[in-house]
Amino acid sequence: MSWMVWTTPTAIFFSSIAAMLAGMTLWEILSPTVERKGFLPISTTRGDRLFIGLLSAAFIHLGVIGFTTLSIWIALALSAVWLLVLMRWG
Amino acid sequence: MNNKVLNNRAWLLVLPMLVLVAFSAIIPLMTVVNYSVQDVLGPNARFFTGTEWFHSILNDSALRDAFVRQILFSLTILAIQVPLGIGIALIMPKRGWQASAVLILITLPLLIPWNVVGSIWQIFTRGDIGLMGYGLRELGINYNITRNSGDAWATIILMDVWHWTPLVAMLCYSGLRSIPEAYYQAARIDRASKWAIFRYIQLPKLTNVLVIAVLLRFMHSFMIYAEPFVLTGGGPGSSTTFLSQSLATMAIGQQDLGPSAAFSIIYFLVILLVSWVFYTTIMHMQKDKNPHGGA
Repeated sequence: MSWMVWTTPTAIFFSSIAAMLAGMTLWEILSPTVERKGFLPISTTRGDRLFIGLLSAAFIHLGVIGFTTLSIWIALALSAVWLLVLMRWG
Repeated sequence: MNNKVLNNRAWLLVLPMLVLVAFSAIIPLMTVVNYSVQDVLGPNARFFTGTEWFHSILNDSALRDAFVRQILFSLTILAIQVPLGIGIALIMPKRGWQASAVLILITLPLLIPWNVVGSIWQIFTRGDIGLMGYGLRELGINYNITRNSGDAWATIILMDVWHWTPLVAMLCYSGLRSIPEAYYQAARIDRASKWAIFRYIQLPKLTNVLVIAVLLRFMHSFMIYAEPFVLTGGGPGSSTTFLSQSLATMAIGQQDLGPSAAFSIIYFLVILLVSWVFYTTIMHMQKDKNPHGGA
């Protein structure tokens, strides 16, 4: 594994993604998702909303890193709030 | 009463593919992510840099210019290839040996490898031996793709139009073939004009294939590498340097693995976003047409 030049932050990042996917699978088994329409212009399933949330989180982080001097933790907090809003009302 | 339970066990059949994709794409991509936050100098010499590479890539003016150039290029070729492809599909013969002959002729450019397309046009546009370069020079036009960036741009766009409009034309042709004859008969009874037939029968029926054509052409032109690299090498100056060439220069030419990993991730995210938007649009159009069938 040393050729993959792991670092602690990236390991935490990928573990959380893996945990999210595992959690989503478990949630889906316990109570299957129903496609619905929230404030997004399209009707989405739970997985769609997670994907949209993660993709927009990536762009939120890029925006904060590239074009502001704010801390990356602010981007993380913003993304987390956005993800929760999206999962609940999206 | 809907007692049907969705059986998700079929997903297990996808596992072998998942393993394959893990080795060919997911694990390498994870490695790229690891590289993007470090300065890797050797097996035992690496330093954590955090978000520094991302910051410098996003603020690199040369890369921003390449990005703008890339968008301009993709939009330009779409604006030319889509209408031109529809036009070609409309005038292609519908049946008989002419139809087959035209189809084969039109497909030929699609079969040529990218590098070869670049070489063909490189020779074609040379002022001393190339047909087009020599011809234009004899006509008194000062045409030189190694000196004049306008000429280089025009040539790259012409080359891409030559190489890829056939794809759009073929897709539209197949779309047009699938329109039932009854629609045209009804139009003839109404004495509809050619324009009305195009606007209200052919164009709506082409929507699906056009979305696919736009998606394919956008994605491919957004990642274009070999053709302009062989034709102009990104020049004159950097006037035709597109994103993948900037990336290759950075990663292979300069061995700046950290910054190029950060650049790759940003590039990947943009492509992921665009593909997702297109994919969702296509799926939605199908759902709207077939509300009970599901997509």
